[in-house]
Amino acid sequence: FVKRKLDDETLEELEDILIMSDLGAKAASRITSNLAKDRFDKEVTDQEIKIALAKEVEDILKPRERHVDFADGPKPRIVLFVGVNGSGKTTTIGKIASKLKDQGAKALLVAGDTFRAAAIEQLQVWGERAGIPVMAKAPGADAAGLVYEAVEKAKAEDLDLVLVDTAGRLQNRAELMDELSKILRVTRKLDPEAPHDVILVLDATVGQNALSQVEAFRHTAGVSGLVMTKLDGTAKGGVLVAIAHAHDLPIHFVGVGESADDLQPFSAETFSRALVGLDG
Amino acid sequence: MFDALTDRLTSVFDGLTGRGALSEKDVSAAMREIRVALLEADVALPVVKDFIAKVKKEAVGEAVIKSITPGQMIIKIVHDALVEMLGGEDSDPSLRIDSPPSVIMMAGLQGSGKTTTTGKLAKRLKEKDRKKVLLASLDTRRPAAMDQLAVLAGQVGVESLPIIKGQLATDIAKRALQAAKLQGFDVVILDTAGRTTLDEQMMAEAEEVAKIANPSETLLVADALTGQDAVETAKRFNERLPLTGLVLTRMDGDGRGGAALSMRAVTGLPIKFLGVGEKLDGLDVFAAKRVAGRILGR
Ligand SMILES: Nc1nc2c(ncn2[C@@H]2O[C@H](COP(=O)(O)OP(=O)(O)OP(=O)(O)O)[C@@H](O)[C@H]2O)c(=O)[nH]1
Ligand SMILES: Nc1nc2c(ncn2[C@@H]2O[C@H](COP(=O)(O)OP(=O)(O)OP(=O)(O)O)[C@@H](O)[C@H]2O)c(=O)[nH]1
Ligand SMILES: [K+]
Ligand SMILES: [Mg+2]
Ligand SMILES: [Mg+2]
Repeated sequence: FVKRKLDDETLEELEDILIMSDLGAKAASRITSNLAKDRFDKEVTDQEIKIALAKEVEDILKPRERHVDFADGPKPRIVLFVGVNGSGKTTTIGKIASKLKDQGAKALLVAGDTFRAAAIEQLQVWGERAGIPVMAKAPGADAAGLVYEAVEKAKAEDLDLVLVDTAGRLQNRAELMDELSKILRVTRKLDPEAPHDVILVLDATVGQNALSQVEAFRHTAGVSGLVMTKLDGTAKGGVLVAIAHAHDLPIHFVGVGESADDLQPFSAETFSRALVGLDG
Repeated sequence: MFDALTDRLTSVFDGLTGRGALSEKDVSAAMREIRVALLEADVALPVVKDFIAKVKKEAVGEAVIKSITPGQMIIKIVHDALVEMLGGEDSDPSLRIDSPPSVIMMAGLQGSGKTTTTGKLAKRLKEKDRKKVLLASLDTRRPAAMDQLAVLAGQVGVESLPIIKGQLATDIAKRALQAAKLQGFDVVILDTAGRTTLDEQMMAEAEEVAKIANPSETLLVADALTGQDAVETAKRFNERLPLTGLVLTRMDGDGRGGAALSMRAVTGLPIKFLGVGEKLDGLDVFAAKRVAGRILGR
C-alpha cells in the first residue's frame, strides 16, 4: 500500500467524497476536521483513511440505529407512514407486511392514499402478496374517516397492528399537511396514544431537502422514526448524517430494492462503509 | 431576491462597498460563499467547481473592480452565468412529434414522476396541440403501475393501450407502435418502469425498448429534490438511451432545485418541462430564469 500524508489536500479530497454523498458542506467539514485531529501530517494508506472516515460517520449514526418490531408492543399498534411523493411509503409497508405473516401477527393494511391514481390497487397487490387484508374506500374518499374506521375495526377484532399508508405530500404544501394533522386528530379520538409510530419514509436520492422534510413532518405529525429507501441505486443517502446531527430520531430500516425481501434493519456500520466507498 | 446567496455575500462585502476595488482575496472569499450556497442548493460538487472557475474569471474583471457595489455585481454575474448554463433565456418546449405516429419514451429512477408526467404531457398534447394521443405502460414491475396509467388516461380523455398481463416490456412497445399505426394516432407515449442505473438487466431492457420504438423524444424524468446523485443518474441514463430532454418534477416543493443545473451540465440536454403538482395541469414550460432564481434562494 502506498502511504501518503494526511495533509490539507488529502483532507479536501475526503471532504469532497462526503459532499458528493449528500452530507452537505457543514457536516462534511465537521467530520474531516474531526478526522484530522490526531492524524494530521501522519502517513496513512488510502484504505486506512477510508476506514477512519467511515468510523467517524458511524459514530454519528450509531445512536440512531434502533431496530423495531411493529408486531410487538401495544395492541393494536397503529403505525402511520408519511413522506413526500414517491419516496417509497407504499412499498415499504408492503415489505413490512410480508415479514409479519411469517411472525403470525394479525395485521391490517389501510389504503389511506385515496388521491393518487391506483394507489389503492398498489397496496392491495402488496396485501395479497403478504396474505394480509387491506381496508380501502373509493378513490377520493376522506382518508381520516377511513383511518378512524380501521382503528375501530382493529380494536373490535383484537388485531395486533395496523399499517396505514398515506398519500405523498410535499412538506411546504400547507393544505396537504393539514390533511395529515386531521388523520392524527381523528385517530387520537379512539386512542389518545395512537398512532404509536409515525414513520417518515425518505428517498436516498434526495439531497439537502430531506432535512426540511424531517423538520416539517416532525412538526405536523410527530415523526417517531425514519426509513431510507432506494439505497440500492447510486445515491448514498448521506443526508442522514446531517439529520442525525439535528434530530434525535431512530432510523429503523433501509430499502434496497423493490421486492418484499429488500428491506433491512438500519446498520450504522454498513451504511457508513458504503457511504465512503468501502465494500465495493 | 436570491436571499440565500445575498445573505452569504453580504457578510463578505460588508464594509467593502465604496472602496472601489476588489482584491484577489475578496474574490476568493466571495467564491467560497458561492460554493456553499450552491452546495446547499444541491448542485453537484463537480458542477459547482466548474461553475466557480468560470465565474471567478469574470469576477476579477474590470466590471467588478470598478463597481461601487461589488456584492450586487457578483450576484448578477452568478445569476447570468446560471441562466446561461441552464440553457439561456429562450427555452423551447416544443417536442419533435411531426412524423405520426411519433414516439415519446419516458425514463428515470423509481418514483421520479414518469407516469404522472406521461399523463400531464398527454393532456398538453391533446388540448394545446390537438394531437391524438395513445398512452402505453411498459411497467411490468411496479404493482398496479398499468392501472395507474390507465386511470390517468381516463382523466385526460385519451386512449391507453389495453393491458395484457404477462407481456414483456419490449413486446408491449411493439404492440403500442402497431396500434398507433393502425389506428391513426399522432403520438404514442411509452411510460416505462422506474429503474436504478446499477440494474444492468433493467437498463438493457430500456435500451432494447428504445431500439424497437425509435422514439423521436426520449425524456429523462427526474426529481427536482435530487441531491448529488443527479450527476451519476443523468450521465448513466444518457450513456444508455438516446435522451433528447429532461423533465424536473416536484418543483412545487421547497427544494432549491440544484439538480436541474447538474443534470443540464453533465448531459447538455435541454430541460423541457417542470412538474409543479400531482394534478394533471401541473406542468410548466421550463424557464431558465425561474430555476436560476430558485437555486440562488429567491
Ligand atoms: N430501487 C428501489 N426502489 C424502491 C425502493 N422502495 C420503493 N421503490 C420504488 O419506488 C417507487 C415509488 O414507491 P412507492 O412505494 O409507490 O412510493 P410512495 O411513497 O408510496 O409514493 P406515493 O404514494 O406516490 O407518494 C416504486 O417504483 C417502488 O417500487 C427501494 O428501496 N429501492
Ligand atoms: N408534488 C408533486 N408530485 C408529483 C409531481 N410529479 C409526480 N408527482 C407525484 O410523485 C409520485 C410518484 O409519481 P409517479 O408518476 O408514480 O412516478 P413514477 O416515476 O412513474 O414512479 P415508478 O413508476 O414507480 O418508477 C406520485 O405521488 C405523484 O403524484 C410533481 O410535479 N409535483
Ligand atoms: K441523498
Ligand atoms: Mg404510495
Ligand atoms: Mg410509473
